[in-house]
Amino acid sequence: MRSPSNEQKTRETDVDGIHDMGGQDGWGTVAIDPDEQVFAEPWEGRAFALGAMSGGLSGTNLDAFRHSLERLHPLEYLGDGYYGRWLACAELLLVDHGIIPAGAVAARAANLMGGEVEEPTDTSGSKPEYERNGGGSIRQIDEERMFEVGDRIRARDLHRRGHHRMPAYIRGRSGVVTAFRPAAVLPDSTAHFVGEDAQHVYTVTFESTELWGPDAEPATLNIDLFESYMEAIS
Amino acid sequence: MTASPLRADRAPAAIRTEALEALLTEKGLVNAGGLDGLIKRFVNDVGPMNGAKVVAKAWTDPEFYERLLADGTAAVGEFGFSGPQGEHIVVVENSDTMHNVVVCTLCSCYPWPLLGLPPDWYKDPAYRSRVVREPRKLLGEMGLDLDESIDITVWDSSAENRYFILPQRPAGTDGLSEDELAALVSREAMVGVAQVRAPA
Repeated sequence: MRSPSNEQKTRETDVDGIHDMGGQDGWGTVAIDPDEQVFAEPWEGRAFALGAMSGGLSGTNLDAFRHSLERLHPLEYLGDGYYGRWLACAELLLVDHGIIPAGAVAARAANLMGGEVEEPTDTSGSKPEYERNGGGSIRQIDEERMFEVGDRIRARDLHRRGHHRMPAYIRGRSGVVTAFRPAAVLPDSTAHFVGEDAQHVYTVTFESTELWGPDAEPATLNIDLFESYMEAIS
Repeated sequence: MTASPLRADRAPAAIRTEALEALLTEKGLVNAGGLDGLIKRFVNDVGPMNGAKVVAKAWTDPEFYERLLADGTAAVGEFGFSGPQGEHIVVVENSDTMHNVVVCTLCSCYPWPLLGLPPDWYKDPAYRSRVVREPRKLLGEMGLDLDESIDITVWDSSAENRYFILPQRPAGTDGLSEDELAALVSREAMVGVAQVRAPA
C-alpha cells in the first residue's frame, strides 16, 4: 500500500492535463441546444449534489475539488461528461480523505447490477489538517500590490507540479495589467492544504497575435492572474 | 500511473452514482431529501431568469445601471443573488464596437447565482478550446455573425471573479415593461454567444 505522501507525489506530477483546453485543436464545433434541461438524466443531478457536498464531507475545499478534476484519467475526464467528472471527483476526495474505502463504489455498483462482490471496509487517509482564514476565496491582505494598471508584464514560464490556475497558452506571453481584482487564496497552496497564501489578483490583457502568432484572428483576451504568476517586463 | 486510472470494467455512471449515494447514506453523511433540495434549487430557482432580471433592470433604471457596472456583486445582491460561484461579480457591457464573451478554459467556472449551472455548450471542449483562439469563427458557427467593425474581447475566468455580460438592448423595445424585456434575454446573450433580439 502506498503511503499518502507517496500518493500525493504521484498526483503532483499531473500538471499539463486534459483540462487545460485553451487553444487545443481537434474538438470540432459546438451547437446550442435551446431545449437543454439542467440535468439530462436523473443521475446527473445526484452526481452534482454529491459532488457539491464532497468538499465539506472530505474536509477539503473548492481548489482541491478542481485539482481532483485534473487528476482524473483523460478518458474518465471526458467519458461521462461534466457530471461524470463530478462523480469521479467526489469519489476521489472521499476515498483520499478516509470517508469511504477505495474500491467501495465499484464493488457496490457491481452488487447493484446483480454481482456478489465483497465490499471493502478499510479506509485510509484522513481529513486534511489546515487552517482557513475565512469562507470563500476572497481575502483582505496587507501587502502592497507589485503591479499597477498599465504595467506590461509577462506570464511566468511556470511549470508547477500540482494544481495551479495558469493556462499553458499564456505561459511566457506578454500582456498589460488592465484591472485590479480582490485578493484571493492561491489555488496552488489551498488545493494542497499547505496554507492559503492569499495574493493580489489582476486582470491581464493579451493580444491574440501575442498568443497565437501574427496570423491570429484579431481579438483581445482578458484573464485573471495571481501575482506570483506574473513578472515585470523591464 | 495517474491518480484515477480508468477502469475498463466500470459500471455505468448512473449505477456508480447510486452506489456512492448509498454508501454515504449508510454512514449518515447524506440523505435523499438533502440531495433533492439541492437539485431542485438548481432546476427550479436558480437559472438564467435571475440574470435576465438584472439585465432588464439595467436597461430601464439608469441608476441601477451605474451601480451594476461599478460594483456588480453589490448590485446583483440587491436582488438577493449571491452564493457559491458568485463571490465577486464583474459586469461587462457590450456595445456597437465591442462584443464580450466569457469562457473558463481550465474547468467550467460560471456565475451560478445569476445563470444557474452551465449549459452543455459552455462545458464542451470545442468551446473551451476555440473561443480563446478563434472567437469570431466559433461564434459564427454558434449562430452569431458579428460585423467586422465589432471588436471581440474574450474573458477567461481563471480565478474567482465571475464575468457577466450586459447585452445591448435591441431597438424597437421602448414600450416594453421590465418583465417583458427580461423575457427576451437569453442565457446565451449573458455569456456573450448571442445577442438579444426584439420580438418579431
